[in-house]
Amino acid sequence: MTASIYGIIYAGVLVFVVASVLRAVRYAKLPAHLRWELYPVPHEEAERARHGGSYFEVPDWWTKPRKVNFAGELKVMIPEMLFLKALREFNRKLWYRSFVFHFGLYLLAGTIALLAVAALGTILLPSLLAGFVGAVLHTLYTATGLCGAVMAIIGAAGLLHDRLSDPNLKNYTAPGDIFNLAFFIAALGALAAGYLLRGPGGPGALALACGLLRFDTAIPVPGVLSAGLVLGALLVGYIPLTHMSHFIAKYFLYHNIRWDDLPTAQSAEIQRRFAGYLTFRPTWAARHIGADGARTWADIAATNPSVGAGK
Amino acid sequence: MKEAVKLGDMSRPGRTPLAHLENEDLMRLPPPLEDPSKYHNWTALAPHTREKYECGLDDTCALNLPQPQTKEEEAQLVAKFLSGLEKLFTRENNWTFLQPLLLTMEHCAKCQTCSEACHIYEASGRNELYRPTFRSEVLRRLYFQYVKHGGLLSSLQHGAIQLNWPLVARLAELSYRCNLCRRCAQTCPIGADNGLVAHELRKLFSQEMGIAAKELHDTGSMLQLKAGSSTGMNAEVVKDNIRFIDEDTSEKTGIQVETPWDVEGADILLIHNAGEILAWPENPGAFALILNAAGVKWTLSSELAGYDSINYGLWYDDAQFARVALKHAQAARKLGVRKIVLAECGHAHKALSVIADRVLLGDLSIPRESSMTLLRDIVMSGRLGLDPDRNDFPVTLHDPCNLVRLMGVVEPQREILRKICPRFREMEPHGVDNYCCGGGSGFAIMSGNNFPDWRFHVSGRKKLEQILNAFADCLDPSVPKYLCAPCSNCKGQFRDMLAYYNLWEKNRILYGGLVELIVNAMTDVRPGYIEWEWH
Repeated sequence: MTASIYGIIYAGVLVFVVASVLRAVRYAKLPAHLRWELYPVPHEEAERARHGGSYFEVPDWWTKPRKVNFAGELKVMIPEMLFLKALREFNRKLWYRSFVFHFGLYLLAGTIALLAVAALGTILLPSLLAGFVGAVLHTLYTATGLCGAVMAIIGAAGLLHDRLSDPNLKNYTAPGDIFNLAFFIAALGALAAGYLLRGPGGPGALALACGLLRFDTAIPVPGVLSAGLVLGALLVGYIPLTHMSHFIAKYFLYHNIRWDDLPTAQSAEIQRRFAGYLTFRPTWAARHIGADGARTWADIAATNPSVGAGK
Repeated sequence: MKEAVKLGDMSRPGRTPLAHLENEDLMRLPPPLEDPSKYHNWTALAPHTREKYECGLDDTCALNLPQPQTKEEEAQLVAKFLSGLEKLFTRENNWTFLQPLLLTMEHCAKCQTCSEACHIYEASGRNELYRPTFRSEVLRRLYFQYVKHGGLLSSLQHGAIQLNWPLVARLAELSYRCNLCRRCAQTCPIGADNGLVAHELRKLFSQEMGIAAKELHDTGSMLQLKAGSSTGMNAEVVKDNIRFIDEDTSEKTGIQVETPWDVEGADILLIHNAGEILAWPENPGAFALILNAAGVKWTLSSELAGYDSINYGLWYDDAQFARVALKHAQAARKLGVRKIVLAECGHAHKALSVIADRVLLGDLSIPRESSMTLLRDIVMSGRLGLDPDRNDFPVTLHDPCNLVRLMGVVEPQREILRKICPRFREMEPHGVDNYCCGGGSGFAIMSGNNFPDWRFHVSGRKKLEQILNAFADCLDPSVPKYLCAPCSNCKGQFRDMLAYYNLWEKNRILYGGLVELIVNAMTDVRPGYIEWEWH
């Protein structure tokens, strides 16, 4: 039984990592698009970023050195990632639920990291973890784990309630959206309940983490906790297969699209890539395009349909 | 209360419109337009239009899409749509925007945060049909069903929708109920872009099915590529018109103005939106006067499309876009100018400076600069004698979306106004948070059927509210007021919308460009360049 649970957890983590990497690679390998930035672009020089300005405000901008203000990006990215700043600013009602949900998940991710450290320490440096450090870690992962689970469950329940009752959301809610939120509530609920109700003989979080690392199948896992672990593992594997993997998409949507203002003339790599795209052969069927599957984008762009075959 | 439109209604058989707006449904306006019972009534679509064209979306019809006569014809059109849908998600056909489109399709959380940012949704009285996510969700469901070939599980995960001709016809119209201002995208916590979705739908219809608004295609980009300008002016006609403008400007200002043509090796190739030359000749006249007075070495080009900066392909068709952008760059290359400067036209700014940037390679990569930046440089340099007292009237500034939110040219025009207009006041919100004029993405030139009613009642409404609020302290007609809009398309929208609501006659709100204000303040020029007459 315990071995099966471990197997499912390993599989869940593996699917999460592989699917996330594959998704990121898939997006990264898409052709670079035409520029489509949206201001404010926070890596602009601070003086311009304040009002949302760009280097186009500078006379003869192409003759001036371009300074990229990474600190400006961080000032936007960190509050966005940690506190969902845009949602807070533009959709406060939903933010109350979504922030609680997401911050709960962050705490749970932190819990896993702390547990991994504690488990590795217990296995490799048992003397160190036996004392004060171990006690601190125990307090931390217990607190973050329980707080995280409670926050994520409350947040998911609030989001589910909105999805089912708010007319602004209902029209756009698919069965899958309901399932996803219910899945979070069920998995985290079972995990939290299983942990709290595991009884005196049940394994603690650290024992389970050590067991996972050592593949120690002798650890008895009570029923509810087993269910929580299995559901949690399935959930972890499921997330990157769905639109909930927006933690990956967001990187591309912000850095590659919204904030990509790199002038083509300043990048030989961009020029090389786009010269390649102009050799693609489209098959659009409208007559004015004049595409036949043999002509390239460069050919098509150089054709005047008002005087050529596409007229 | 009206029942909200559902996504599934898009497939509803028949041609009964899904949405109908009454004046009472619309967002309330401030004084003097606070009473909806006094608004224009909507012009009903003519019966022959309803009989002949697909008008099953709402109260208007932008495309005049002919009704198929047989079921077979319908099926063929649906098959063509599907073929275009697949191409929209392939590298060879849509490398231009595949990455942002795919990410938007796969990661919208449907949180509706974007809805409150959309001026059309708000102005319509929050009609469901005009939510930024409505058309996106239809496309998203089609994407998962027909491009990703999702089965039952996918339908449960993403939702399903029935694909039929009524849906395709309505979706084509719905792609022309968005100004592409991308204010929605600015607020999306994930970064999804519902404005892009409308853009890509328009491309699908144009590039695969040959369906586009005739003002953008037939009498827009096609005419520009044929005659040289979407106004229909060829090089000889445009030169004649500019000569008349030079004469008028010289006479009016007391300063001899001559516009240089085709000067090889000039520092600047200035490209106007040719609509200015016909509709607002005082604008190119003012440009010529300012550039000459500042000692700038500049020229216009008489090459095909080289004298008209418009690029309507930006709004509906990548191939048409690239063709026109290429013409602009080739005109500059031929003259060997140091840089291209875009005059007062927002979409031309973005088209040539930003969107075309990746495809103007090699010797076509000629630097592009905004006239706002150049003018700020001239005004602040002290090369012109300027007397702000000549502009002692209330002035507010409209931020063209393409110039500001989508290109980041925010401050130069403000610096000028703060220097030469002592009673300048901002609209709220402004800068990159501005609202579209309601004429964006081609609407300003689309006047078929009763589309202007929709433009002025719905898409322009939020901007109208902003204008009235900006002038709330001086609405009395004894005080002339100036709405500065450094963009031809925006001016076209303001000309028509202010007239529609009679705001010049009743409240003396005039609109115009930025250069007119500069010339109006020039001490070397006879006073009164701005004539305070409706035009």
